[in-house]
Amino acid sequence: MNRKPLFVAALLAAALSSSVLAQKKYDPGASDAEIRIGNTNPYSGPASAYGTIAKSIAAYFKMLNDRGGINGRKVNFISYDDSYSPPKTVEMVRKLVEQDNVLFVFQTLGTPSNTAIHKYMNLQKVPQMHVATGATKWNDPKNFPWTMGWQPNYQSEARAYAAHILKTKPDAKIGLLFQNDDYGKDYLKGFKDGLGDKARAMIVAEVSYEVTDPTVDSQIVQLQASGANVFFNITTPKFAAQAIRKAYDIGWKPVHYLNNVSNSVGSVLTPAGVEKAVGIISSAYIKDATDQRWANDAAIGQWRQFMNKYYPDGNQADVFNVYGYTVAATLQEVLKRCGDNLTRENVMKQAASMKGFRVDTLLPGISITTSADDYAPIESVQLERFNGKQWELFGEVLGK
Amino acid sequence: MSAPRIEWVVPAAGATDRHAIWKKAGAIGLLALACALPWVSSDYSLFQYSQVYSYAIALLGLNILTGYNGQISLGHGAFYAIGAYTAAILMDKLGAPYWATLPAAGAVCLVAGFLFGLPALRLEGLYLALATFALGVSMPQLLKYHHLEAWTGGVQGIVIAKPEPPAVLTNAGLPINADQWLYFFALAVTILMFALGRNLMRGRVGRALIAIRDHAIAAEAMGVNNALYKSLAFGVSAMYTGIAGALGAIAVQYVAPDSFNIFLSLVFLVGIVVGGLASISGALYGALFIQFVPNIADDISKAAPWAIFGVIMIAFVYLMPTGVAGAVRLLLARRKSP
Amino acid sequence: MEGFLQQIVSGLAAGGIYGAFALALVMTYLATSTVNFAQGEMAMFATFVAWGLIQSGVPYWLAFFATLVLSFLGGVAIERVILRPLESAPVLSITIVTIGLLAIFNSMAGWLFGYTVRTFPSPFPQSPLKLAGVVVSPHSLGSLGVTLALIGLLYVFFRYTRLGLAMRAAARYPMASRLVGIRVGWMLALGWGLAAMIGSVSGMLIAPVLFLDPNMMEGILIYAFASATLGGFTSPAGAVVGGFLVGIIENLSGTYIRFIGTDLKLTVALAIIVLVLIFKPSGLFGRTQPHHT
Repeated sequence: MNRKPLFVAALLAAALSSSVLAQKKYDPGASDAEIRIGNTNPYSGPASAYGTIAKSIAAYFKMLNDRGGINGRKVNFISYDDSYSPPKTVEMVRKLVEQDNVLFVFQTLGTPSNTAIHKYMNLQKVPQMHVATGATKWNDPKNFPWTMGWQPNYQSEARAYAAHILKTKPDAKIGLLFQNDDYGKDYLKGFKDGLGDKARAMIVAEVSYEVTDPTVDSQIVQLQASGANVFFNITTPKFAAQAIRKAYDIGWKPVHYLNNVSNSVGSVLTPAGVEKAVGIISSAYIKDATDQRWANDAAIGQWRQFMNKYYPDGNQADVFNVYGYTVAATLQEVLKRCGDNLTRENVMKQAASMKGFRVDTLLPGISITTSADDYAPIESVQLERFNGKQWELFGEVLGK
Repeated sequence: MSAPRIEWVVPAAGATDRHAIWKKAGAIGLLALACALPWVSSDYSLFQYSQVYSYAIALLGLNILTGYNGQISLGHGAFYAIGAYTAAILMDKLGAPYWATLPAAGAVCLVAGFLFGLPALRLEGLYLALATFALGVSMPQLLKYHHLEAWTGGVQGIVIAKPEPPAVLTNAGLPINADQWLYFFALAVTILMFALGRNLMRGRVGRALIAIRDHAIAAEAMGVNNALYKSLAFGVSAMYTGIAGALGAIAVQYVAPDSFNIFLSLVFLVGIVVGGLASISGALYGALFIQFVPNIADDISKAAPWAIFGVIMIAFVYLMPTGVAGAVRLLLARRKSP
Repeated sequence: MEGFLQQIVSGLAAGGIYGAFALALVMTYLATSTVNFAQGEMAMFATFVAWGLIQSGVPYWLAFFATLVLSFLGGVAIERVILRPLESAPVLSITIVTIGLLAIFNSMAGWLFGYTVRTFPSPFPQSPLKLAGVVVSPHSLGSLGVTLALIGLLYVFFRYTRLGLAMRAAARYPMASRLVGIRVGWMLALGWGLAAMIGSVSGMLIAPVLFLDPNMMEGILIYAFASATLGGFTSPAGAVVGGFLVGIIENLSGTYIRFIGTDLKLTVALAIIVLVLIFKPSGLFGRTQPHHT
């Protein structure tokens, strides 16, 4: 009797069954060779300072590809300029989804830009991953299951400051300076919510400024005149530096809380004058490469090597470049866990099942945790105080 | 500022125009092409074309004021914003149907433009430009004003629902999707507005506007009521731009203060100059320019996209000082002459 | 009361900044009858050049004057190379070219120098003075002095020198000027060069206060337009006075008028200017240009 056909049949059966098990599943944008990811960032216009985030992310993926990619696939990162204009964002994201056939869109920047595409992405069932904004509304898996944020949201950060004030200075007279846009207003809301019923009594002055304003000097003078002895500073880097300097120069010395968008030692405190920033309280979740604390840190050392090799034009004093690196590393992990199942659904699933994942450029104690009800990857921050040379963490890690 | 050296002479109605047949054929051909596009283009491209139509109407509006009537406006983005927000508020807060928002936006802007034009009568050239510049710059702040937040949505803006093709067509089994429907809607509005504009500019109104632009005193002496025509020009121009804004808002399905900053106004000005001042077709060329050239610039250089855009802009002005429309006219003229 | 005075002082300090830059705009207008939208970006770019020189070790004053020379040459070059072929084009075309230059300079600065905020040194002492209960920075006073000196120089130049007269003639009556032998093209180029130079001075005075970054001049351009409009585009002194007025008005209205607050600061300033224009169509100190066809 010839056993060969039986043997061959058995082999075939075994081969077939294992290939069924190891079946690759792809949605548009994924293949054996590549994973196509889309992005929009403001490379031009008034918000162009943020464009470096996408550039650092692109550099990170180049590094990944040099090392063989993710599970053998190269990352094809397609990024378009939207000039921070929502109609342009809509156009570019539609191009990414409908013409470039990306698997998903990653780190689109800006609250208005993301609001403009929010409904569309969820209708199309394409992931709107790790959006580059701290607005609170991205954590809504029930209504928008395809949208996920990444950074700690502004409201919870503001609540942390409010809680600290209630604890340490319950009779404070608070003055606020905020940028008159979604970012500023989100912080404002969180802060007031954090103070609860005491908000009306404690807040003695609330002044805004526009991004197109040359200076905030007048606002600082106004805040001083209001008699405030606590100052919550909701400004972007350039204005934060101006505010810190002006407050010092006119002799106003409130307890100063600074939002974490603008607490970089190199890009904000040094231009303002480090001696003028002593005592400022802020929060952090990422390591600031210009902070002496991390001068010998291994993760920052690796980051510097990355910047030198893959993004030499990038400014190493700019914390946005650490941010980009860290969020790209997060995505790397998500995609790695997808394995060969590169469907959009699986990408969201993996992104929503991170438990305590760490990237070493995050502060110690801060990790990424998500679940089906919790689309906020990073929710913890730690408070820190500036001592004239570097930031000193204090208290415990707040949030989850 | 010196008066423009090159004259845009509007051919008198009825004059023998050897190009007339070519122009008519061209227009029909263009129309046929426009109607065919939805069957050969992707939804994404149709979205882009709808934006082009919106810009074309806006540029025609600006051209009426600046090209034909010589009143320079650096703030037309503000009227575009008013039109867009009118549409958004009507749809979102009052549940109005999308097609009704266009006439409403037009009416609001007609009044707004006329009202702005009245005091602007006293301002000449540069100062008028600067006053309109002030309007354009203030718009985002006004839109964010917290006392108006309940209506405007403040910094968050307003999200609008996408118009669906009318039940009549879908029930009949016609395979038309929302993007295609929106494209046809935009095309229809554009044809309407352009036809209206062409008739206005070719007729008495247009001649009066041009007369005021070139020889204001002579025009007045000939019986043209300068004040009335100039204010009307503002009103009509704003009306066009407002309707364009409403159309744009419906296409993008979102309005936010950041979309309507001073750069929008400046880009509109670029559009009419590059397209061709005092020209109906120029508005279309200009719209194509401001919609697609920034994308091209982005493709060429991610490091400095605006720089490329600026270079292309300057190159266009160099090579075609009377705009694309002017260049086309010269080309046709050269063809015809032996 | 102290707050009020301090707001006025802040307003004057801010206004000084607007006015200094408005001078450059006025200069361009007087010399060429056009408004240069790229004036701010050119000034910012020049300041970055100065910054670059200082960073590589060049002492401040040397870098300062080197920048003045470079910006002068740059302005002349732009006029001769880019604008000259358009001399017979409609005025709006030139405006569009300046918008294009705005885009180019802004983008190039971002590309070459990055977007991180930089400090720029001030030639004046740093520690603030306290006068009558209000804090005044020596830099503001020094900048004011420089601005006034510039106005004085411009006044003397345009009024009492032949070159100044030739420039004004070339701007207002180019055909007649050619007939009397004035090289109109070179007068325009000279105007652009001088305006660029003034712009770079204002940029180097502004940067220590606002911090240097590619978008530094965007807000200033708006306020400077407002200042020049209010004061009159044909009057250098008017533009500076306009600047002070704009600075004070926006500070006071932002601080003391409740329903405006800081939300509508800019809008109020602009509304006031438009109102003034309605009653005085060429600004407070400007003169109406006669129509010439």
